[in-house]
Amino acid sequence: MQISITLNGRKITEDVTPKLLLIDWLRAHGCYSVKRGCETSNCGLCTVFMEDKPVLSCSVLAVRADGKRIETLEGLKEEAEEFGAFIAGQGAEQCGFCNPGMIMNAIALFRENPEPTEEEIKEYLAGNLCRCSGYEGQLRGIQEFLSYKKGGGAQ
Amino acid sequence: MKTVGKPVVKKDAMALVTGQPVYTDDIAPRDCLIVKVLRSPHANAFVKRVIKERALKVPGIEAVYTWEDVPAKRFTMAGQTYPEPSPYDRLILDRHVRFVGDAVAIVAGADEMCVDQALEVLKVEYEVLPAVLDFRKAKDHEVLVHPEEDWRALCQVGADNRRNLCASGGMHKGDVDKVLADCDVVVTNSYHVQAAQQTMMETFRTFCFLDTYGRLNVVSSTQIVFHVRRILSNALGIPKSKIRAVKPRIGGGFGAKQTAVSEVYPAFVTWMTKKPAKMVFSREETQTASSPRHEMEVSVRIGADKTGKIRAIDVHTLSNTGAYGEHGPTTVGLSGTKSISLYGGLEAHRFTYDVVYTNKMSAGAYRGYGATQGIYAVECAVNELAGKLSLDPVELRLHNMVREGQVMPAYYGETNTSCALDRCLLRVKDMIGWEEKYPCKEIGNGKVRSVGVAMGMQSSGIPGVDVGSATVRLNEDGIYTLLIGAADMGTGCDTILAQMAAECLECSVDSVIVSGADTDTSPYDSGSYASSTTYVTGKAVEKACEKLIQQIKKRACQMLSCGSEELSFDGYQARNLNTKETVTLEEIGTAAMCGNNVALQVTETHSSPVSPPPFMAGAVEIELDRETGQVDIVDYAAVIDCGTVVNPNLARVQAEGGIAQGIGMALYEQVQYTEDGKLLNNSLMQYKIPSRLDVGKLRIEFESSFEPSGPFGAKSIGEIVINTPAPALTHAIYNATGIWFKELPVTSEKIAMALVK
Repeated sequence: MQISITLNGRKITEDVTPKLLLIDWLRAHGCYSVKRGCETSNCGLCTVFMEDKPVLSCSVLAVRADGKRIETLEGLKEEAEEFGAFIAGQGAEQCGFCNPGMIMNAIALFRENPEPTEEEIKEYLAGNLCRCSGYEGQLRGIQEFLSYKKGGGAQ
Repeated sequence: MKTVGKPVVKKDAMALVTGQPVYTDDIAPRDCLIVKVLRSPHANAFVKRVIKERALKVPGIEAVYTWEDVPAKRFTMAGQTYPEPSPYDRLILDRHVRFVGDAVAIVAGADEMCVDQALEVLKVEYEVLPAVLDFRKAKDHEVLVHPEEDWRALCQVGADNRRNLCASGGMHKGDVDKVLADCDVVVTNSYHVQAAQQTMMETFRTFCFLDTYGRLNVVSSTQIVFHVRRILSNALGIPKSKIRAVKPRIGGGFGAKQTAVSEVYPAFVTWMTKKPAKMVFSREETQTASSPRHEMEVSVRIGADKTGKIRAIDVHTLSNTGAYGEHGPTTVGLSGTKSISLYGGLEAHRFTYDVVYTNKMSAGAYRGYGATQGIYAVECAVNELAGKLSLDPVELRLHNMVREGQVMPAYYGETNTSCALDRCLLRVKDMIGWEEKYPCKEIGNGKVRSVGVAMGMQSSGIPGVDVGSATVRLNEDGIYTLLIGAADMGTGCDTILAQMAAECLECSVDSVIVSGADTDTSPYDSGSYASSTTYVTGKAVEKACEKLIQQIKKRACQMLSCGSEELSFDGYQARNLNTKETVTLEEIGTAAMCGNNVALQVTETHSSPVSPPPFMAGAVEIELDRETGQVDIVDYAAVIDCGTVVNPNLARVQAEGGIAQGIGMALYEQVQYTEDGKLLNNSLMQYKIPSRLDVGKLRIEFESSFEPSGPFGAKSIGEIVINTPAPALTHAIYNATGIWFKELPVTSEKIAMALVK
């Protein structure tokens, strides 16, 4: 069936099979930041924005995104670079495979709640698994980023 | 030091945090055939017939291969130096399938949809055989996992397929039975560790194509490019020179990718069809048909006199290698060598082991590699011993731990050349507040807070076996290229090796380009495993850089018309001390490309006869709910001696990540089978790895010794960090409940049920 999706600001209209998952549609359109770590909606690696809200693209049919705006990390380059530098500053990106999903969800958190507490950070990102970092380095990076933003973005 | 010891940002960091397409599946050609494997539903069976016709008729299907189509020569998928200690017990596809999930057929087609459809209509007739599922009964069982005549072991590892033995053996010093009989207190226990999964976020994946010269190019998420080349040569029966193996960025390994789990299938398809082919393991396949930790039952006897002097340790390990023997003969060794050796001055020790085949998923390499299982057992026994002696477990350890300068008879007889374990333990004791908190404190509402402690050690490469190499080249713009065969799997080895090169060459880390790993262009390296990269490959980098400086100076002398004694070089420019005339590094690099006979490229190789162990102490404070058995981690303090810390950020994150994995293994990560051998925990929904709500506060410090044989005094960090959580948490749970749990994971359910009794 025919769908029309605005992907990172660009409208794409095309025919897809009804069972196609959004993650596979996105990767087929060059959004390689979107990763699959499981098939059971547990890892958070495939997080993208649908109408500004984080969703698991492995659990959304492409046809459900018809008429919607989808953003991936490719469309959030500046935000990803700005925040990602703080994760890198801790060495917490490690293998990097979970980073795009975690960074998407962190950006969603910052938009929703610009000054989250440690508990709020952990709860919001609880669905983003990481096997390398033990999460502490990510937390340090997030907290440093937040105090940098609080200081008006000057280091 | 200018760059070693600094928290340099990883070279690939910005590419990773911005989601660049740098992993295997991101760079695979779009026209790859999709490869999937039909897997056995039976734990032990013979394939009588595969009815391919309907599958072959599915539009888009390129090929369906079964046991009749593949070479009949056995090999091992273990990434180890030749001759591999792991037996040659596999075929790409075997008529005899040996676990639920074993490969029965390979299907290749134009897209995923047609391949899935073909798999559904592919019918197999099996002759189902009785299976050996209990590893305690496997040795000399009437059912043989490998009855075939062409099974073979290349090394003397005590293997015997007619007895379901993948390996067996032992070592001892002194008369352990006699010393134990004379001890005032002896603790005797058995501890059971399950086959925990590495659960790296990127599952196994490989794509293959033929290049201009008709050679098989294999791009894979692997820690071991050179071993992959040999494994595929053995499996496909083609010369190694016909194969090139390359690794792009890797989404985590933890040892899982030290076994060629996914490579053979797309490689076979490409070799047969001459077309590009790709295989991406699903999470379910990764959970059920891969290379997890070896399930082990470790039996310990430990004896002391009443003053608390530990006199003898006796360890027997029964290890379950599953259906195939990858890493079976070698992992087991560490369960004895790296546990007994934590204690110095023993009058006697003994270590014996059997590694058995069963009809379960085959095991492999997982961070800690057997040391984790052995240390868990011995450290639990030492904590119990402290209780029996009415001694503080920290004091008991300080009284008995191995010290710098001691010979370690159970550790290849090596001398402990660098060791700050005493300082690690004293510091961790302070960090956790041991004096005030040991053993426990009631906090009301059915909850109790308690603490637990453990020590750990590992190795730094395999002595006399592992080989690391580095090629360093000066380019015309004064920038260096460092070629390595070691595999950065997220650990940051590209960066720390560049830091070492920059330190030697007196340049910035940004002036060192790192490239690897590629069997066509990288100098030989056994691969990134056994905690070898910093210690072994790092030393090769140091050696290569020192030699390159001599070459640079030689060329500079020609340019400045002086002898070497009249020349100074500071990393950026060379100066004729007499004429004060100078040439820059850039000018030397450029001059190397015109009328030059001095190679400004050096390759050096390093192998170490010793493997200096890193040490660690870990202490945990938990809050345990007696009603529900829930364990919350309040604080985990760890102090590590990895020698010189090359990059404190990356070392810290290694430690935090390893401890989190250890916490998962200790408390949640459950491996359960049905009665007929099917693994139940086959997804991340059932196999629960820790989330960020589960790990508590992790605090890491370093107490560095200086290892004279290591690059800049460094030892290893990657594996040791997983070894303390299981025994420290078991200890804390005992201190909260008065119950010793002897099987991992210690789930809330187990605690709650035990407290009801």
